[in-house]
Amino acid sequence: MSRLSGPASSVDAALSSGRNSAHAYEVQGLHFCYGRPRTEGLNWVLRDVTLDVEPGGILGIVGPNGSGKTSLLKLLAKLAVPQRGGIALFGTSLARLSQEEMAKTVAFVPQESAQMFPFTVAETVLMGRFPHRRRTGWNLGFGWEDREDCAAAAQAMAIMDIGHLASRAITDLSGGERQRTVIARALAQTPRVMLLDEPTAFLDLQHQIDICSVLRRLCDERGLTVVIVSHDLNLASQYCDRVVMLKEGRVSALGTPSEVMSVERLREVYGCDVLIDAHPESGLPRITLPRQDAPCHR
Amino acid sequence: MMPSAGHPPSPAPTLASPPLSASSGHIAGHDQSFHGAILTASRWWLLMSGLSIAAFLLVLICLQLGTQYIGLGQIVRVFASALSSPAGGTEADATTSVILLQVRLPRVFLGFLVGSCLASVGVALQAMLRNPLADPYVLGVSSGAALGVALAVLFGIGTTVLALSVLPVCGFVGGLLALFVIYRMAATYDRLPIHSVLLAGVILNAIFSALIMFITSIMEPNRSFGMMAWLMGSLTAPAYPVLAALSAYLFVGVVLLFKQVRLLNILALGEEPARSLGIDTERTKRFIFLLSALVTGAVVSFSGMIGFIGMIIPHAVRLVVGADHRLLLPASALVGGMFLMVADTIARTAFVPSEVPVGVITALAGGPFFVYILVWRKDRLA
Repeated sequence: MSRLSGPASSVDAALSSGRNSAHAYEVQGLHFCYGRPRTEGLNWVLRDVTLDVEPGGILGIVGPNGSGKTSLLKLLAKLAVPQRGGIALFGTSLARLSQEEMAKTVAFVPQESAQMFPFTVAETVLMGRFPHRRRTGWNLGFGWEDREDCAAAAQAMAIMDIGHLASRAITDLSGGERQRTVIARALAQTPRVMLLDEPTAFLDLQHQIDICSVLRRLCDERGLTVVIVSHDLNLASQYCDRVVMLKEGRVSALGTPSEVMSVERLREVYGCDVLIDAHPESGLPRITLPRQDAPCHR
Repeated sequence: MMPSAGHPPSPAPTLASPPLSASSGHIAGHDQSFHGAILTASRWWLLMSGLSIAAFLLVLICLQLGTQYIGLGQIVRVFASALSSPAGGTEADATTSVILLQVRLPRVFLGFLVGSCLASVGVALQAMLRNPLADPYVLGVSSGAALGVALAVLFGIGTTVLALSVLPVCGFVGGLLALFVIYRMAATYDRLPIHSVLLAGVILNAIFSALIMFITSIMEPNRSFGMMAWLMGSLTAPAYPVLAALSAYLFVGVVLLFKQVRLLNILALGEEPARSLGIDTERTKRFIFLLSALVTGAVVSFSGMIGFIGMIIPHAVRLVVGADHRLLLPASALVGGMFLMVADTIARTAFVPSEVPVGVITALAGGPFFVYILVWRKDRLA
C-alpha cells in the first residue's frame, strides 16, 4: 500500500529546487520511528506522510491516541529527524536550516511544560526573544533585552491576556495561565509559523475560545501559519481551514473539515460511531458522542 | 504592520519577513516597562555592588578572628607596612604579620574561591538537570574527583614537582567520569525525574567512597592520615605561587561559565523548548558539563570534599534575586564565597585549640536543608 520513497538526499534535492514555493510546509513521503536504525521499519510512528501546509491558514492534525500527531509536529519543528522523506519550510529543506534559523521562523508550543524554577511570567515571555538576540561585542553572555524585545513581549502578553501576571512566578500559576504564558513566549518569537501541541488541553472554555480566535485573527490579518494538534474534533472543525486525520501513522484523510469529518471515516479511524450534524452558526460539521449503550465497532 | 490580507492571504512567503513584527503597536497604550518583573541592568549593578561590599567587609571580619584576635587597626598597619617595606617594625608586629599574611589571608582567600566555584557549578548543574537539588557533592562529582586525586597520590604523582598541574587534572578526570554517567542517564530518558538523578548520585558516591577507602587503607598510616584530613574538607592554604596558579585556573573556568548564563536560562525551560528556541542543546550541555568537571576537579584537589554549598547557596539566592541566571550565577558565586569563608572561620575558632574540618560544618548546615527541601517543599519537585 505504501510505496517507500527514495533516499532522503534525493528528496531534499527535489524539495529545495522549488524555492519560494507557495507552501509554508511541503512534506514528502515522510517515514519516522523512534529508536535505532537497526530496528528501523518495524515500528514506524509515521509512514509515507505527504501533505502541504498553506501559508496564512490553520491546519489541524487530528487522530486517535498514538496515531503520530505529536511526532509529526516535532518533525515539522525539527525537534526530530525523519528516517526517510523530507520536509521543506517555505521552499527550503529543513535539513539545510540550522536550529537557530528555524527558531527565527518557527515557534513551537509543547504539550505540557512543568517548570522547576521561579522565572517571572515576563522573563519567560522575553525568552522568546532569544533567537533575535544581538550577537555583537561583549553582549554575548548577558545581552540585556532592548526596547524592541520588551515591546514584542508586552504585545504577546497583551494578546494572551496575561499582562496582569507579569511579575508572578511561573511556578505559582495555574495550568491554564502557564499554558497562555508559553503561547505568549511563542508569539514574542515573532514567528511566521506556529506549531502547537494540544494548546487548549488545560484551558477553560473562555480561554479555549480566546486562543483559537487569536490564532484565527493572526492568520487572517498577518498571514501567520498555524499547525495545531488537537484531540478536540469540534474545535478542529470550527477553527481549522484544513484538517489532516492520522491513523496508525498514515494520512487517512486530508481536506477541509467538511470533507474530512464524516461518520464513516470517524468510524474507520476511531472505531466508534458518532453523530455528525451541522453547527447552527457556521454550518461546519459538529461531532456529538452517541448514547452510552450504542455499539462500538473495533 | 503587515497589510490585512484576505483569506487565504498571499504575501510572498520568504524566511525573512515575520508576520508578527515587534514594532507594530497593535495594543494601544500598553505598559512596556514591566515594573520589577524582569531583571534590568541597573538592578544587576545594584545587587552585585552591594554583595561585593558585603564580601569585602566579611573578609575584614574573618581576618580578625582566629586563635589570636587581631584588631582592625593592626590589620591595616600590617598591610601598610607589607606594602611599603617588607621588613621592619617590632617583633610582636612581625609575628602578627606572619599569622596574617602567611596563614590567615591565603586561607580566607582560598575559602572564598572554593565557595564561589562550588556555588557556581551548583547553579549550572541545577539549570541543566532542571533539578533544584543538584550539587557537585550530592551527584558524586566531588567524590569522583577525589578518587582521581587519591589515585594520583597513591601512585606518587602528587609528590612530584608537577603536583601543581597534575592533581587538578586527575580530579577533573574523576569528576568527568561521574558527570558522564549522569549525562548518559539524562540523555537516555527524555526528562530525568529528580529522584533518579539523586539516586544515581547516591550510587556513584557509594562506589567512589568505597574505592577511596580502599586506597586509604593500603597507604602508609602517616599518609593515610593526611588523606583523611583532606577528604573531610580542609582549607589549609598552599603557598602563594600555587594559590595564584589555582586562582587563575579557576577564574578562567568560572568566567567561561558566566558566559553561558543566557543559555542556562533557556536550558532551564527544558530540552524541547530550548531546542525550539534555537539552541544546540547537546553541544551546550557537553560544554557546561566539561566546565563543571574542570572547576570541581581543581577545587576538590585542593580542599577535599566540601559538600552542599552548590545546593544551599543557589537555592537561597534564587529565593531573593529570582531565577534569571544572569544575576543568579554571579550572586551565588559571591554568596557562596562568603558562606564558606564564614564556615571556615567557625571551623578555625569554635573549638580552639583543635580545628574542625570545614566539610563537617557545611554538611551539618546543608544536610538538614536538603531534607527540608525534599520533604517540605515537595510541591516544587513535581
